[in-house]
Amino acid sequence: MTMIFGVPLAVLSGQLLIGIINGAFYALLSLGLAVIFGLLKIINFAHGAMYMLGALVTVVLFDLMGVNYWVALFLAPLLVGAFGVLIEYFLLRRIAGQDHIYSLLLTFGVALIIQGVLTNIYGVSGLRYAMPDMFKGGINLGFMFLPYYRAWVIVVAMLVCFGTWFIIEKTKLGSYLRAGTEDSQLMQGFGINVPLLVSLTYGFGVMLSALAGVLAAPIYSVTPVMGSNILIVVFAVVVIGGMGSIGGAIITGILMGVVEGLTKTFYPPASSAVIFLVMVMVLMIRPTGLFGKEA
Amino acid sequence: MNQPVNPADIHKVIIEQQKARNRKKMMVNGVLFLLLLAAPFMMYPVFLMKILCFALFAVAFNLLFGFAGLLSFGHAAFLAAGGYTTGYLLSNFAGLSTELGILAGTATATVLGLAFALLSIRRQGIYFAMVTLALAQLVFFFFVQAEFTGGEDGMHGIPRGHLLGLINLEDNLNMYYFVLAVFIGCYLLVQRIVSSPYGQVLKAIKQNEPRAVSLGYNVDRYKVLAFVISSALAGLAGSMKSVVFQLASLNDAHWHMSGEVILMTLLGGMGTLLGPVIGATFVVNVEYQLSQGPLRDWVDPILGGIFVLTVLAFRSGVVGEIQKLVDRNFK
Amino acid sequence: MTMMKKLLASAVASALMASGAQAAISDNTVKIGYLADMSGTYRDLAGPNGLKAMEMAVADFGGKVNGAKIEIVSADDRNSADVASSTVRRWLENDGVDMVGGLVASSVTLAAVGLLEQNDKLGLVSGAAAASISNESCSPNHIHYVYDTYAFSVGTPTAMVKEGNKRWFILTADYAFGHALEADVTRVVEANGGEVVGSIRHPFPTSDFSSFILQAQASGADVIAMANAGSDTTNAITTAAEFGVTQAGQAIAGLVVFLSDIHALGAEVAQGLQLTTGWYWDMNDETREWSDRFMEKTGTKPTMIHAGVYSSTMQYLKAIEATGSDDAQTVRQHMIKTPINDMFASNGYIREDGRMVHDMYLTRVKTPAESTNEWDLYEIVRTIPGEEAFRPLSESKCRLVKN
Repeated sequence: MTMIFGVPLAVLSGQLLIGIINGAFYALLSLGLAVIFGLLKIINFAHGAMYMLGALVTVVLFDLMGVNYWVALFLAPLLVGAFGVLIEYFLLRRIAGQDHIYSLLLTFGVALIIQGVLTNIYGVSGLRYAMPDMFKGGINLGFMFLPYYRAWVIVVAMLVCFGTWFIIEKTKLGSYLRAGTEDSQLMQGFGINVPLLVSLTYGFGVMLSALAGVLAAPIYSVTPVMGSNILIVVFAVVVIGGMGSIGGAIITGILMGVVEGLTKTFYPPASSAVIFLVMVMVLMIRPTGLFGKEA
Repeated sequence: MNQPVNPADIHKVIIEQQKARNRKKMMVNGVLFLLLLAAPFMMYPVFLMKILCFALFAVAFNLLFGFAGLLSFGHAAFLAAGGYTTGYLLSNFAGLSTELGILAGTATATVLGLAFALLSIRRQGIYFAMVTLALAQLVFFFFVQAEFTGGEDGMHGIPRGHLLGLINLEDNLNMYYFVLAVFIGCYLLVQRIVSSPYGQVLKAIKQNEPRAVSLGYNVDRYKVLAFVISSALAGLAGSMKSVVFQLASLNDAHWHMSGEVILMTLLGGMGTLLGPVIGATFVVNVEYQLSQGPLRDWVDPILGGIFVLTVLAFRSGVVGEIQKLVDRNFK
Repeated sequence: MTMMKKLLASAVASALMASGAQAAISDNTVKIGYLADMSGTYRDLAGPNGLKAMEMAVADFGGKVNGAKIEIVSADDRNSADVASSTVRRWLENDGVDMVGGLVASSVTLAAVGLLEQNDKLGLVSGAAAASISNESCSPNHIHYVYDTYAFSVGTPTAMVKEGNKRWFILTADYAFGHALEADVTRVVEANGGEVVGSIRHPFPTSDFSSFILQAQASGADVIAMANAGSDTTNAITTAAEFGVTQAGQAIAGLVVFLSDIHALGAEVAQGLQLTTGWYWDMNDETREWSDRFMEKTGTKPTMIHAGVYSSTMQYLKAIEATGSDDAQTVRQHMIKTPINDMFASNGYIREDGRMVHDMYLTRVKTPAESTNEWDLYEIVRTIPGEEAFRPLSESKCRLVKN
């Protein structure tokens, strides 16, 4: 067997693939954060909670009304997105124009509330969500057994990431968005409802996070605190990519998934720290991240 | 109404006002001091010490955030570094006098603070917050895995020992007055720093950094010093806490602790001297009272609610809002 | 040896009682503190429902002991040794609490037992797993009631190695608890003629185990053992199911697994998992009757911790009734000499190191087809006698045991 640094090539290929799959999750989550920060300058510390809500809503919809996975894939992000719009409308709007730090603190508070309340209702040992039947099983790739569901995760995440990037960077709607948030008075003058645009943008960012939650529901244990730890990691990813850079968030997400996966193979104890290490090093060399523009 | 006023009179009035304000301040401080001296006879001393330790932590954080305008999201690292170092030394070197252990803890936090500062100080705004968070996470993971911290179990049974080898700190009253003395010393130190020329430069940097640069100040150096002092005091708070409770645990290093100290400072009033003290007292009390009562399952959401309310309704914090009120009505 | 010591202990106890010095109940109130994680990771396995179990015990006892009122206070330790230590300190130094029950996280428990000894009050530990609590960290002021890591690592590995699963791979949570568990499992596996072919230390906590499961699959081991707890275990088991570990012929051994975990995973995912438990609700009429009452109050079936809290509180109150005193040493000595026969244990007894010795059970999680309802989850494969399950006194490092 071919060995690379004492690790069989087959194992290594498997780890790379796993890294890309996890990277797809990071990409989806950090994309939402980057949209919200890049366009609205809001530091959304409630992002992890929204991811959790996406997963939890999926489970609850199924338990209460038997809503199946395919419907939940659309319905859950919509519901959570609507909830995001409410948060923007009732809370975040009131601190528009203040230092970014306040949006961080406000959303941190919101996250504590959501997590705390749901912990009291659902406990923390994890809710069950059965894998949809058509995704049961997997395919033997020779170097590893790839569950169908993980393959599906990559496909969905990549499609959504690319679509979002395309809309924001390449279409007219995207240019309105960017212009509207950069010079709101001017756009208001053109007859565009900027406050609505802001609410919808926040809602959209939240939806992306919730979608990641739905994708996670069948494979991770769904608990009200599942977003708390991943939040910090995803923030690190966004910072490495350059806060606000849409493309940067996507690429860095996948990259970090791979870096983490390789660390888990070669030196597991460092795997939870490695992303923060990369972040510190990147910021030493490039103060605004890999793909960041402004200082 | 429009009579000509003698400028000298105005000056006199202002000076008189200032004197009156200072007298009032002295009186308030005096009353507070007496209250603190008498407190352990009215309340449970260990609880008071907990408040004092967190108050010191918040005061330290506020020096950086409130006066220099630098939001560190990694201050938990210093609290924990101080606590673990002191705990380790006092547990493993019998006969080491307590204040030396505390000093060593403070020193460790100071060195760590210097490292953090050098790595992060040139980053601006949110990037600064994120770098400090990342560094604190690295420190957290180190403490999780290091053998000497006891990992998840934490470090237990740290002996309180004797102060200067003489005064028995096992006694809650002795311990309390020691903590109180350290706290007051640090509080006065921060007061001193803030009103010194150095403190004025910090405020100038906070208000308008480019201007401070153009005035020829070496801004980075000022910021690094503020960061180091702040981390040293945070480490001192952690060291004392580990002696008071005879334990050091991962909670102190977790990023939620960094968030909590922001809440304390913001709630009390950032950039004010007394604010963090009031904020810490309030938060520690809320946590304790809630954990005893029927709402004990709701500590986190209630803290979150306080966070939201503070940010929305009174960003200047309790002390800040009172100051505003006073300024508006009595000027 | 053990017998002699027990006799000696009871002699001491009766001597103490005869002196009658402490034969009184302080403040004419027995005040019990329930300390547990009410909102965090360990909420579901003990938490608020453990308090309900304690209240059931007090109510079943009649609310009074020898005319003295029984009062319960409770607090959320928030899984923090800090919070626990300030709460317990205050209870003992200020509020006149006589006994502290619950005690789930090891960090919290280690903080509490130190204070209990300083203040000479009693602690009944129903949750904490660290074996050190009744070994290096034992004290004359607490009793370790339900289980410990030693017992968990004896049951499952011994049985599985004997079934012919010789090659083991251990997935270890990278902190003291995981390391201790890994060491215990390795010892047991090797003692029974098995071999540990590899292990990985994963960060604590970890949500994505796919990378580690892949490495475990590649190791060619017969068994993948989970030397972790809580959400780490459930996450790892879910991922193992997804990657077809059992279908490919590898078995999974859970070491520290609770009924609430298996209930959360569901029979579909957890089927076939072998684990060791200290108690199960569906063992006999007595356990079923008690569990039904518990379920009426809480909506869930009890875990072994819930049952342990009820049983230990009951034993405590009985000891006070018998001795007429709530003095910690008097009560503890009486508890040590009284065998425990109730819904929790049959012929259980408490050793001088504070270890409650009772039978443990090796169980297998039922398949969805075998399981008749959502709580019908375990099939008991073997009863592990207490003497085999717990660390023998001859190996004890407890200072109360003279070796």
